[in-house]
Amino acid sequence: MSQPQVLTRKSIVADHPTWCPGCGDFAVLAVFYRVLERLQYPHENIVTMAGIGCSSRFPYFVNTHGGHYIHGRALPFSAAVSLSRDDLHVFVFGGDGDGFSIGGNHLVHTARKNVRMTYVIMDNFVYGLTKKQTSPTSPLGFKSKTDPTGAIDQPINPMGTLVNSGATFIARSHATQVAHMTEMMERAAKHDGFSVIEILSECVEFFPGAFDAGNPRKGGKFPLIEERKNDGTPEDQLRHDISDVSSAYRMASLPWPGVFGVFYESQRPTKNALEGKLIAAAREKVAGKSDLEILQSSFARLR
Amino acid sequence: MVLPASSPVANGDAPVAGNPRSIHDAVIRLAGDSQDGIQTIGGFLARLAGRSDQDVMTYMTIPSTISGGPSIFQVRMGTGDILTAGDQTDLLVAFYQHSYEEHLDSLRPGGVLLYDTDHVKPDPDDRRFTAIGVPITSLTVEAAGGSTKGKGKNIFVLGLLARIFDLDVGKLAALVRERFGGRSEDIVRNAMVAFDAGYAYPADNIRDCFFRFAAEPGERAHGRPQVTMDGNVALTYGLIAAGVRFGAGYPITPWSSIMEMLRSDLPKYGGIFVQAEDELGAIGYALGFAYAGHLAVTGSSGPGLSLKMEALGWAVMSEMPLIVINVQRGGPSTGMPTNVEQGDLMQAIYGSHGDTPRVVLAPRNVEDCFYIALEAGRLARQYSTPVIILTDQALATRIEAFDEPDLAGLMVDPKPDLSERGTDFKPFPLDRITRHAPPGSRIATGHYPTVTGLEHDELGHPSGNPELHRRMTAKRREKIKALAAALPATGVYGDDEGEVLLVGWGSTWGSVREAVNQLRAGGVKAGQVHLRNLHPLPPDLGGIFRRYRDVLVVEMNDEGLYGYGQLALLLRACWAMPSIRSITKTDGLTFKVGEVVDGVKLCLSPRS
Repeated sequence: MSQPQVLTRKSIVADHPTWCPGCGDFAVLAVFYRVLERLQYPHENIVTMAGIGCSSRFPYFVNTHGGHYIHGRALPFSAAVSLSRDDLHVFVFGGDGDGFSIGGNHLVHTARKNVRMTYVIMDNFVYGLTKKQTSPTSPLGFKSKTDPTGAIDQPINPMGTLVNSGATFIARSHATQVAHMTEMMERAAKHDGFSVIEILSECVEFFPGAFDAGNPRKGGKFPLIEERKNDGTPEDQLRHDISDVSSAYRMASLPWPGVFGVFYESQRPTKNALEGKLIAAAREKVAGKSDLEILQSSFARLR
Repeated sequence: MVLPASSPVANGDAPVAGNPRSIHDAVIRLAGDSQDGIQTIGGFLARLAGRSDQDVMTYMTIPSTISGGPSIFQVRMGTGDILTAGDQTDLLVAFYQHSYEEHLDSLRPGGVLLYDTDHVKPDPDDRRFTAIGVPITSLTVEAAGGSTKGKGKNIFVLGLLARIFDLDVGKLAALVRERFGGRSEDIVRNAMVAFDAGYAYPADNIRDCFFRFAAEPGERAHGRPQVTMDGNVALTYGLIAAGVRFGAGYPITPWSSIMEMLRSDLPKYGGIFVQAEDELGAIGYALGFAYAGHLAVTGSSGPGLSLKMEALGWAVMSEMPLIVINVQRGGPSTGMPTNVEQGDLMQAIYGSHGDTPRVVLAPRNVEDCFYIALEAGRLARQYSTPVIILTDQALATRIEAFDEPDLAGLMVDPKPDLSERGTDFKPFPLDRITRHAPPGSRIATGHYPTVTGLEHDELGHPSGNPELHRRMTAKRREKIKALAAALPATGVYGDDEGEVLLVGWGSTWGSVREAVNQLRAGGVKAGQVHLRNLHPLPPDLGGIFRRYRDVLVVEMNDEGLYGYGQLALLLRACWAMPSIRSITKTDGLTFKVGEVVDGVKLCLSPRS
């Protein structure tokens, strides 16, 4: 059976999502389909990965190569896929528990290594799959089954954490803002490096209304980051320079609901490229030798 | 220094000059501090033996302190099968008073103590040995200059040993040059000055008195040159020959040297080794490489393996080929990081959660470290399964010489299979062994697979169906049982039936074999089975066990709450035979031959 030459929505839709009706994750999934349609990568070269959580069910709903790994550890797994296979486009989806709690260490280290891939964190401020426990992003006072009188631990500042991590593309969006999400995800996919997006994605079951303050249709505001255009105008100086990490920190510290858009973007050599250089240098030294000959010369030195 | 008398013999009842003891092999123990470079000269001696077509085995202890501390290197070289590094030493070189005090007991009665008179005051009343003092430190300073502060006294001792044992100076000089030549000509020159000073010391009469190798070894029958290396090096090259080009790890003793070598060697082959942020990340990377279509490796020592266990469960569930190495050390917890133990067998077989059948292999000596890696690669691919290699600190650090492998016949081409999969492709077929389609492979149906840790149907969709879980559990179990059924018949060394069968695994092979030789020489009908496949176990073991009155399992782990070491417990569970009992030890040191023999004598049932 021949495969469609053009990647259509139909060809990349898989199992029907098992999320609760009204879950913000549906919109993220729809946006991912749209971005894949726009990017038109070869179908077999797209990889959709996830860890564990409601949002991490994602790969089952996308008809691409993919995997559902263990809680919090999808990043090193996916980084290996990216590092060893230049032909692949690697996308990782997960939630706030996966990204900021059990997988917090992996997030920071994959970011600093700048492995080329896109990581989408669907942040709902609560553990949904296990039915309402406090998450690392739950606000102070949030009542859950593990904090019946309200959360007492200071939540993680997701954008502050990401800016500090060394990721080279960092953006924030809201699951009710489809056009904005699409733009962010497309830019993230095209970025040559570790790109990460936090998407506020409401859990209608366990934390309804959590993100109304960022949703104009619910009486909130969706303040967008105005990026500097470098057009020489005086008003341009007031716009955000996405390569300015201090400015990114300032925006990460703005009061709830904060701002949306690209906080930071820079070009730094990826681990993919740096490992490629190591390989090229090592291959030059063994000039033209086959694998067998390289190993034989290693043994010859131990005679 | 040599006593004023013409003979260097200080005391003791050793043979007199002109009547040297003819020897087939010599055990030399170098005892000093870790910064003295005694491992370096031990390595030279081992490699020299390898180049001379002699057999060689070394043993060393390394302090787990950050810098310094007492350290030894023992080398046994000679002709015939060298199976162990030797229970007792023929020559002890003591650099310090503590070296003398700590290691004098390792010397056989009548053996030679060579000590540095600048640091050691031996007991003048001890007449068990021949004590020969040499001002090692001051003569080294004299030769190499005061600025060297005694650095190079290891090379001085190498020169001295070359004189005593009539070693091939040309070959040794070549080894010194190979070792130091890369750095600078000055270093080579200083080393050779120290070497010559040691060699010039009038010590050849020591040889005439005590040591003369029985005969020059002849040409080796097969003509393949010998290579000399430690177990971690052999394992690393075995992995490369097996087709491993990608891997990840996190530093931990005694695994680190494998990851260090892979990090610098794999790029030559177009591969990558990642130093991950932690052990969990390391196995994550390795599984990602495996999913991407490569044969990948991760490894650690016991504590790190504990951290990898959740991911190992995923590897079993998703049926991902992977090689996992555990270089065992003394445990639990941080335990004894630079000592040896075989305490991780149950962890390797049963660690993780749920029902997780996997493969566990153990190499028996340094040479086998190379071949076991090839075997692990073959099994991982053929059965699409994680394979754990249980090696240990003793194998990791000891040096042996062995025939260079036939690399041309063994190398595996590691190309991922990205061919288009037909319309009948299923990632988890119930009637066949899983063959994953790595990303990049087109799937003719247009339906792309998801690899998953959730229980799943044949296409990889999550499923909580009870009957499916039963069948998938059986699928994962039956392929490992098929592997067991395909194992070759278990070989028995020694008596094919009789009084006692010694069963071992891993690095104890040589000690157990020598013990069997000694027992048989003493009239005991004894055999040896040494298990390379620890999980699944060869199915024919029960039949072999029945041919012996006693089956004694020799292991470097504790007898535990039930009185049996880990393998012994497992063998008893599988074959329910009361004749299976344990010889265990937990001092963090390798089994001496004498310890095995003594253990057997304690356990043997009375002859009927």
